[in-house]
Amino acid sequence: MSVDTHAHTNGNGHAHDHGDRGHGGHELPFWKKYIFSVDHKVIGIQYTVTALVFLLFGFCLMMLMRWQLAYPGQPAPALIAKLIGENAMPGGVMAPEFYNQLGAMHGTIMVFLGVVPLAVGGFGNFVMPLQIGAPDMAFPRLNLASYWIFLPGCILMMCGFFVQGGAAQSGWTSYPPLSDIATTGQTVWLLAMVLIITSSLLGSINFIVTIVQMRAKGLTFWRLPFFVHAQLVTSFLLLLAFPPLEAASVLQLMDRVAGTSFFLPSGLVISGEQLKVAGGGSPLLWQHLFWFLAHPEVYVLILPALGIVTEVMANNTRKPIWGYRLLVYSVIFLGFMSFVVWAHHMFMTGMGTTMSTFFQTTTMIISIPSVVIVTCLIMSLYGGNIRFTTPMLFATAFLPMFAIGGLTGLPLGLTASDIYLHDTFYVIGHFHYVVAPGTLFALFAGVYYWYPKATGRQMNPTLGKLHFWCSFVAINFVFMPMFFQGMAGLSRRLYDPTVYMHGRGVQPLNVVISMGAWALGASQIFFIINFFMSLKTGEKVLENPWNATTLEWAAPSPPGHGNFLTEPVVYREPYEYSVPGHATDYSPQFVAEGN
Amino acid sequence: MSDTVIPYMVKPHPVTGIPNGKFAIWLFLASEVMLFGALFSSYVLIRTGAPHWPPEGGLSSEILDVPKATFNTAVLITSSITMVLAWASCKMKNLPKFKMWMAITIALSFVFLVVKYFEYAHKFELGHTPAHDNFYAIYFTMTGLHGVHIIGGIIVNFYLLTFGSKLWKTDPEHFTNRVENAGLYWHFVDLVWIFLFPSLYLL
Repeated sequence: MSVDTHAHTNGNGHAHDHGDRGHGGHELPFWKKYIFSVDHKVIGIQYTVTALVFLLFGFCLMMLMRWQLAYPGQPAPALIAKLIGENAMPGGVMAPEFYNQLGAMHGTIMVFLGVVPLAVGGFGNFVMPLQIGAPDMAFPRLNLASYWIFLPGCILMMCGFFVQGGAAQSGWTSYPPLSDIATTGQTVWLLAMVLIITSSLLGSINFIVTIVQMRAKGLTFWRLPFFVHAQLVTSFLLLLAFPPLEAASVLQLMDRVAGTSFFLPSGLVISGEQLKVAGGGSPLLWQHLFWFLAHPEVYVLILPALGIVTEVMANNTRKPIWGYRLLVYSVIFLGFMSFVVWAHHMFMTGMGTTMSTFFQTTTMIISIPSVVIVTCLIMSLYGGNIRFTTPMLFATAFLPMFAIGGLTGLPLGLTASDIYLHDTFYVIGHFHYVVAPGTLFALFAGVYYWYPKATGRQMNPTLGKLHFWCSFVAINFVFMPMFFQGMAGLSRRLYDPTVYMHGRGVQPLNVVISMGAWALGASQIFFIINFFMSLKTGEKVLENPWNATTLEWAAPSPPGHGNFLTEPVVYREPYEYSVPGHATDYSPQFVAEGN
Repeated sequence: MSDTVIPYMVKPHPVTGIPNGKFAIWLFLASEVMLFGALFSSYVLIRTGAPHWPPEGGLSSEILDVPKATFNTAVLITSSITMVLAWASCKMKNLPKFKMWMAITIALSFVFLVVKYFEYAHKFELGHTPAHDNFYAIYFTMTGLHGVHIIGGIIVNFYLLTFGSKLWKTDPEHFTNRVENAGLYWHFVDLVWIFLFPSLYLL
């Protein structure tokens, strides 16, 4: 890394103007600098923007579905019906097949095209190398390849909507035999998944090598910010859990394209006719392979979020994180345990009491480190001198939301109560509390927290607070009523919730939820305006606007190519806030003793 | 590319004792183990669930061509040896010898694929497509995916033999590391076949 000539002590108070950011002294052409860039920061921003777009799109699909759920069989507003077209919404009323497509694609997009790319591809790529003091990822070109395999995967996934019969409609879990005999959209789904899985595989290898091999001088494992620990465990989950889904996707592709019957049992009858296949397959095999991925995937969704919340919380409580080592041990334990709980998604498949007991036990065990983590974070708040900045609002709200999501999971992890609650709206409420006001709030906290590092400008705090409060209120109107609907027995994936008597009693709640969802959609306008407006009008900041301690704040905002002006050296643990006898209330990792 | 210097690209990291590339290839192989592990598990599950295996009756060793597969096993093991010799030649600073051994490795990979082609063609002639029953479904899927890995290996080895060997002039140590990594992958592909051969053809 070439070094700037002017004296730089990694401290604060310098006004840097690294307009060209080309440390090597040459300017890269536009397409190399912003499109096919090998710079981890550009790739991180590409992932972030792509993922945010898909999050919005996936949410729009849900807002459409909410119309059908709130007002079953009634024509949607003319403009929307016209936009979607006669095929999917004949006479303005949503066709059942289209409803199924929306449901399957909402889940797929939110998980695989939205949250994971944002949490890992976006924040992991942008923040992690900065936090460990590395000039870039270990394999910059592999990083470029990850994104450029991911994006075609996303586009292919979207193409599903335009093939004969529409997009995949067998749910994001794609259970056979339904998915095996579904329309072409399912094949597109599988091919897109193979691309997305390959991309995350390359990414996870890159992350692990970077974290292990490229830490700055003095940055031992016990001095790593918690976010980096979370990313490391997440990468191992992606590395080891995704290949079984890749195998499963290949098998399902074979079933659909080559006519094999891996997932098709003998004597399957469809519409009164026996299916002409060899048979002898096992639909449950898919469920095992799928959940072997998808349970660790749940932790892929939540661990980076926990990392972000920890960073934001340490910074805004102005005190060290309570139980930092406990957090790290917990997150590693969570990673291991996440591989042995998958069949708790399958209690209803008749797998026998011995198996149920085993998975019930592991599920109860895995809740322990999760509770330890939440407890550590709550303890971190205690006695802190809290600054309620926008990121801190989101991070604080994360705690009770994640706790509600987690605690409502316990009845689902016990077979006796799961038999009743399985596949009801209760389940939807449960995992959305973990992922939406949980993970997504943490991700918003991350956007507000690291935006100044990425752009050199702060986001507008007023709009940020409006965004937070509106979202916070609306989102609880969306997910809280689902618990009541679920306990009343209302099944998920119902096109018309009023077909059953027990659904009619809780139908008014569906109107409440839909209103909440649309209000939540409207609240995001504040964020969108803020995100773009602040690029031009946001308050300009120096390298460390939050008075933070971790390494990314030693680099200029935005960091140039190669990241740091001088090679960073780490002198202490990550969260040394309010050290007694110290002049300021923060002691950065990168400043030597006495500075 | 960029002017950013990535540490431990060539020299081993003082703590882990290996350079970045070798670490990455081991991680990649770990994920490959999970990929083939999932396929082998699926095979076990489907096979134990079937009333008879192969479903159409008879023995796997009678249905599949054991002599051809035995020959292919020998070919792959030999190619692993020549791959090691290619790497050793790099270590001994002998590029022409590297080129010779690498060319033999690639030739042997093609021999494997050609034999496999004749096996496949014979099955298709008899109408034994993947759709015939789950025995053939497993056979074609697993050997097919293994075949794709062989093709991947050929591409990497061909690159190292031709365009990639330019690196030898500027940074022979880096080039040697790359050959070693390609070798690790190649041995893994070989190893998968060592598992596939008995479990599909013989058991």
